[in-house]
Amino acid sequence: MPLLSYLLHLGDDALILGHRNSEWCGHGPVLEQDIALTNIALDLIGQARLFYQYAAEVKGDGATEDSLAYLRDVYDFRNCLLVEQPNGDWAHTILRQFLFSAYQYELYKALRESRDAQVSAIAVKSLKEVTYHLRWSGEWVVRLGDGTSESRRRMARALEDLWMFTGELFRPAPFEEVLALGAGVTVEALEEPWKAHIRRVFDEAGLDMPQTPAFQAGGKTGAHSEYLGHILADLQFMQRAYPGCNW
Amino acid sequence: MSQEKHILPPADPQYIMDLLETIPDPEVPVLTILDLGIVRDVRVYPAAVDGGVPGVTVMITPTYNGCPAIDVITMTIRMILAAAGYDPVDVRTTLSPAWSTEWLSDKAREKLESFGIAPPNPVPSVCHLDLFVQDDAVRCPHCGSYHTEVVSRFGSTACKALYKCLDCREPFDYFKSH
Repeated sequence: MPLLSYLLHLGDDALILGHRNSEWCGHGPVLEQDIALTNIALDLIGQARLFYQYAAEVKGDGATEDSLAYLRDVYDFRNCLLVEQPNGDWAHTILRQFLFSAYQYELYKALRESRDAQVSAIAVKSLKEVTYHLRWSGEWVVRLGDGTSESRRRMARALEDLWMFTGELFRPAPFEEVLALGAGVTVEALEEPWKAHIRRVFDEAGLDMPQTPAFQAGGKTGAHSEYLGHILADLQFMQRAYPGCNW
Repeated sequence: MSQEKHILPPADPQYIMDLLETIPDPEVPVLTILDLGIVRDVRVYPAAVDGGVPGVTVMITPTYNGCPAIDVITMTIRMILAAAGYDPVDVRTTLSPAWSTEWLSDKAREKLESFGIAPPNPVPSVCHLDLFVQDDAVRCPHCGSYHTEVVSRFGSTACKALYKCLDCREPFDYFKSH
């Protein structure tokens, strides 16, 4: 069912990036930034919950937000490859957040007009939060790109590592194609405004727009990198060790 | 099982509102859930059978998507109304229209300020998307100065930002305009 796949895709993107950010909890470079990143994690996990709650309703058969988050395996996850990439150093985490928030900002802006009332309501609420994420990560991209030679070198390396995963965001999966004119949006149309924003911030940061093709794809159809299995082993540990456990 | 009429809870929505007014926001306990404006609708259903108890449906809306307070609030509403004798108590969540700090009562703004949290600026807005642009001035809840500066737009809870006053030098929380 395309709507179910689509809701899982939106929820999985938010959950996996939220989980990655939560790995920074207690390890941030300074207290305020540790708190900022865990706040962003909380927002994203909140968004994931809303998509999963709706997906559970659409799926029926007794599914819940918890069963969707904890009882699916790697091949059932529909998140893009970008969000499951390792945290790396602060530059990697910042850049991953920035590239994804800039996409999520355009996505939710467009989804406000979704023909599905619940998807639209989630997008309206979430867009306010994503604006904070995009501003915060954008300012850090400038600080690092236009900072010391060390921060600049690290930012350039993060860009080299992560850029290849951005193409997938704008290449529709089958369920996105089916829903483009209904509950979903035409993801191809988000690429230009996304690039324009990235370019604006990179200009300020003194970073060059990469010219290399962003060729890596597969997450949205279940072909993930090896990292997702490790994430799920951590995220789903309790449910795997103690099936049905509750608190 | 017989129940005496005089102990039946009243089917008056105002009575329910008075009960809800006693429930604090677990993260900003100086505010009640009515102060926050998250209670959108209360409906009382008369008892299905003569002498039975009325049921209630309470519609609430979350502030921030990931705010963990919403689960505690939902549970507290259920407990308080069940203890008052209503059955069933149904607490539902609605997302649209999206919660805004415009819905904070005037009383809520005063309570926040006297608690040491700067209340949200009256015009709801999220931060500028333009980088490093100064947001609207925020008034220090301690000394009243507008000569203040943001430390971080992310604070101890989703709804607050960290500020410091450049006059009295005190740090403070700002309840973000949203």
